[in-house]
Amino acid sequence: MTGRIIEKMAAEANNPLLPATADLIWSSVVFAILLVVFWRMVLPSFKKNLDARTEAIEGRLAEAEKAQAAAAAQTANIEADQAAARKERAEILDAARAEAGVVAAEIQEQARLNAERLLEKAKKQIEADTQAAIITLRSEVGALAIDLASAVVKQNLKDDKSAATIVDGFLADLEKDSKN
Amino acid sequence: MLANTLSLLHAVVTPVVTGDSGFVSPSIDEFYPEAVFFGGTPFSLNRIMLIRLLVLVLLLVLVLAWTRTFAKAYASKNFVPSRFQMMGEIAVGFVRKSIAHDQLGEKDGDRFLPLLTTIFFIVLGMNITGIIPTLNIAGSSLIGLPLVLALGAYVTFIYAGFRKHGFGFLKTALLPNGVPTVFLPLVFLIELLSTFILRPVTLALRLTMNMVAGHLLLVLCFAATQYFFFESSGIFKVMGVGTFTFGFVFTLFEILVAFLQAYVFTLLTTVYIQLALADDH
Repeated sequence: MTGRIIEKMAAEANNPLLPATADLIWSSVVFAILLVVFWRMVLPSFKKNLDARTEAIEGRLAEAEKAQAAAAAQTANIEADQAAARKERAEILDAARAEAGVVAAEIQEQARLNAERLLEKAKKQIEADTQAAIITLRSEVGALAIDLASAVVKQNLKDDKSAATIVDGFLADLEKDSKN
Repeated sequence: MLANTLSLLHAVVTPVVTGDSGFVSPSIDEFYPEAVFFGGTPFSLNRIMLIRLLVLVLLLVLVLAWTRTFAKAYASKNFVPSRFQMMGEIAVGFVRKSIAHDQLGEKDGDRFLPLLTTIFFIVLGMNITGIIPTLNIAGSSLIGLPLVLALGAYVTFIYAGFRKHGFGFLKTALLPNGVPTVFLPLVFLIELLSTFILRPVTLALRLTMNMVAGHLLLVLCFAATQYFFFESSGIFKVMGVGTFTFGFVFTLFEILVAFLQAYVFTLLTTVYIQLALADDH
């Protein structure tokens, strides 16, 4: 059936299956011109531009990655520095605390020693004073007794009035002595 | 399918004049307008040839403008494309990525890209004139152009096969491996017919007949509308609304067909090249 239709159409003047010469010529012109333009101009510049863009994007991505890595490294550095600083501070504080403890203990010890020494000194002074007082008292009491005794003996024979005068005089002498 | 198309075509080959009315259905003569320039010479330019040249000029203006934006973008190292540049990249990139690279891989895809892009843009540009008001006929509706493009595809896939396999190409194409010896003569004949004769013919015919049928359908719809509205009376005037709606819908459909045929033609060319390059099939 197809064959019959083709035959019939071919028999007619205008056969849609057979190209006219002009049809072929102009078609070829259109095809040839556009083929050359696409081949030599459009596609090369299209591809060049696309490749350059791909390259640029990849380059920028790599750059960004590098920058990120650098930033990360810097952050790590800063963190390490901070950690070191914290550690150092803790050490200094510990050392200071320990030192303060030692100094306080030393000062207390010193104070205790001073107090003890003062106490000792005071005790010794008191003892020495007591001793001296005892010695002085002893010698003075003896002399006083002798003085009193000799005066009593001297005035024994006179009256009571004179005896009283003697005692009073003695006491006044004594007072005078203690004032001197 | 071919028989169907041809019988549909034949139905309109001979003008049908309905009895007493003035309605003349469109005929194949639609595609043979009178020469405008150089009549009678091999360079005779009729309306369809002039439409082709117009499309050629428009395509050149468009793609060269794209080329300029590509070159400018490259020169200025500005890699943020403008809208117009983006359009060009999408159009060219579609053929490159979705057709060439998908079928042939990047290396061979780029090798055959000039032919594929040219075919795609010519077919699309020539098809779309079928629905452009005042042009109203596809530049690809005369068999010459589809035939030239099909020949380009034919020569290219045969070149690709010979370039890759030498004369081994004929062996892989005509005497595939794994066929029992008894059937080899039969397979040889079938492959010879299908690969080296039918491929270009079907490429050219598919495109031509789609455009011819589309054009006739549109002319039929709008000629009928014209007739119903202005020459018929009474209830028939209302039928004009129906035919006009059909015409409108088919116009939209023709846009789809224009793109689809451009895609199919390019894709089949790519597939033929791919089969020629394949080691075995």
